[in-house]
Amino acid sequence: MKCDIILCGVGGQGILSIATIIGQAAMDENLYIKQAEVHGMSQRGGDVQSNLRISSEPIASDLIAKGRADVIISMEPMEALRYLPYLANDGWVITSTAPFVNIPDYPDTAQLLDTLGRLPHVVAIDIEQLAKDNGVPRSANVILLGAAQKALGIDYDKLEAAIRAVFGRKGDDIVSANIKALGIGRQQA
Amino acid sequence: MKRLLLGDEAIALGAIHAGLSGVYAYPGTPSTEITEFIQADATARERRLHSRWCVNEKTAMEAALGMSFMGKRALVCMKHVGLNVCADPFVNSGMTGVNGGVVVLVADDPSMHSSQDEQDSRFYGKFAMIPTFEPSSQQEAYDMMAAAFDYSEAQCLPVLMRVTTRMAHSRAVVNVADEPRPENAMNYDAKAANWVLLPANARRRNDIVTAQQAQLEADAAASPYNVLDMPAPTDGAAQHPLGIIASGIAYNYVCEAMRTAPRDSRRLPVLKVSQYPLPKTLVRQMLGACRQVMVVEEGQPFIEEQVRGVFESRDILGRLTGQLPRTGELTPDSVAAAIAANGGLPAPDSHCPSSPCASEASAAATLVAPRPPQLCQGCGHRDVYTALNQVLADYDNARVFGDIGCYTLGFLPPYKAIHSCVDMGASITMAKGAADAGQWPAVAIIGDSTFTHSGMTGLLDAVNENADITVIISDNLTTAMTGGQDSAGTNKFEAICLGLGVSPDHVRVVVPLPKNMPEITDILRQEINYHGVSVIIPRRECIQTFKRHAKAKARQ
Repeated sequence: MKCDIILCGVGGQGILSIATIIGQAAMDENLYIKQAEVHGMSQRGGDVQSNLRISSEPIASDLIAKGRADVIISMEPMEALRYLPYLANDGWVITSTAPFVNIPDYPDTAQLLDTLGRLPHVVAIDIEQLAKDNGVPRSANVILLGAAQKALGIDYDKLEAAIRAVFGRKGDDIVSANIKALGIGRQQA
Repeated sequence: MKRLLLGDEAIALGAIHAGLSGVYAYPGTPSTEITEFIQADATARERRLHSRWCVNEKTAMEAALGMSFMGKRALVCMKHVGLNVCADPFVNSGMTGVNGGVVVLVADDPSMHSSQDEQDSRFYGKFAMIPTFEPSSQQEAYDMMAAAFDYSEAQCLPVLMRVTTRMAHSRAVVNVADEPRPENAMNYDAKAANWVLLPANARRRNDIVTAQQAQLEADAAASPYNVLDMPAPTDGAAQHPLGIIASGIAYNYVCEAMRTAPRDSRRLPVLKVSQYPLPKTLVRQMLGACRQVMVVEEGQPFIEEQVRGVFESRDILGRLTGQLPRTGELTPDSVAAAIAANGGLPAPDSHCPSSPCASEASAAATLVAPRPPQLCQGCGHRDVYTALNQVLADYDNARVFGDIGCYTLGFLPPYKAIHSCVDMGASITMAKGAADAGQWPAVAIIGDSTFTHSGMTGLLDAVNENADITVIISDNLTTAMTGGQDSAGTNKFEAICLGLGVSPDHVRVVVPLPKNMPEITDILRQEINYHGVSVIIPRRECIQTFKRHAKAKARQ
């Protein structure tokens, strides 16, 4: 088993919590993991990404080579497009459709969504709206993770168990909100 | 036991398990998480290991030497430019030697993700004659801490451990010990004749440490971290067409290239270097067995220059000869392409240019706009820049000297408010130099943590000459850029400025909020028009730490 994942978004959107959950699930499965993160200046509202690699074989590079990512998980539609050169031909893009506009020259949203829509394997959903409508406003990122579950090739139960392990310290309410969010995401894929 | 750890966390846990007694550090990306991990670790807390942040890297290095003097193990952590700040004690620690083990962990930042230069700390290790370790994986980073402390004590020298961003900030599963080694007991073995660097003592120590270098290199040649993998040449050839010398994280990119190459590809000879001085015997074996050798290293061409020497052999390839990029981080792509282009391996299958994704990728590339970092919404620095720009619009040729921190982003639109940012503390001293040259208004803007790190001494220079400068200490009560660590001077800034001799009439405190704009601009104007040293302290908590504190309070 091998899955190379690019997680991306804007600083502060919570891509690292998605990475933590996937990492926990992979570790519970005794898989090899490498996850390169970006800390520091770019976290101040700039574009951020994390390379997450999981495999049943030892992993050498911390970074994913171009054209080799199996999945791009993006909290933001323009950020999903930024990393397309890394996507394998049969790779999947799982993205939020809600633009995060904090720059003056943000592209036309319709054009963005149109470009995304022409990709062969894409799941594009408005996770912010879904999170609000379903009473889990703080778990939009986990909805996205639920939508990515099939593409990641990780069992649903394993992700659920990882959520319990990762959020356990924060109390039952937070755990159940995130498990609910995971289920909502799965239905969207 | 298995744990999923950042490289920085593996280093921290490795140090705790190696019997560490104290970590001394100033926050700096990508090294910050080492000290943060130790601050939160249960064993470290139980043992009451020293882990409080220091004022700067120089005080950190010196305190670590003090702990070592008493026989205990100390770790010093910093980013690469921090090593410039503590260069004096670092280089001289090679002369004094150590008693308890000392590891100086420096995290370099090639490609300058969060830095102002790309310097390679291995050069410091070489000219200070201090052995240098460079792990290539998180597991090695963990294991090497115990090895480095043992080696430091065996050689009576500090050990420099060099990592780069991708090692510091990448996670992997690490096998760790179940039980930490006990701390060293205190002892009085440190000899004054070694530690008092009067010329007579220093000359003797210099001879000793210089003579040690041959042993250090022999140890590096025998080190389990330096591995020469030399397959027999195929097709009965006398030599391999290409061999690779790779260090640190770059070794992983070489391994990745070999793993993703087609199955029937030849095996390349690889020398992995993770302990310095550069083991010349291993390098010579490699050169003897290969027609060409490519040096793949993250950072500056440190190994490559040593191997090429003044003869500039055409058979040594790397960053200096253009096969690999001269600057910036290596990537699995740049390394694989360089090996393929020089006959090492067949080219990797690339992204098929006719695939639907490729055409979408090129269409997308025209759509995607850069998204540079910016000051947070609600940040007090925003209000400071708004006020400053408003006031300075009334002066011809005002100059604003910036400093290192979130507020350096004031260079970018919409503020475009600063004209320089060089190193920690340079805002005040550069403003003074500009004022000496006749510039007015000369404004310095510096953060609270940067001010105590390296700004106070410059302010004393300015006070002693009553320089015509206006200093803004933008105090957000934290070291914000690196994620909100405690700031050494919190609650002490007025006292520090008064103590350094700034006139009490010209130390002004304001609260940077939009509603206070008339008051802030008024005070700025008054102090710019005052021809002497004035300090304005806009004070409001960082919006990030404020949110975090509010959340923590709500949970209680």
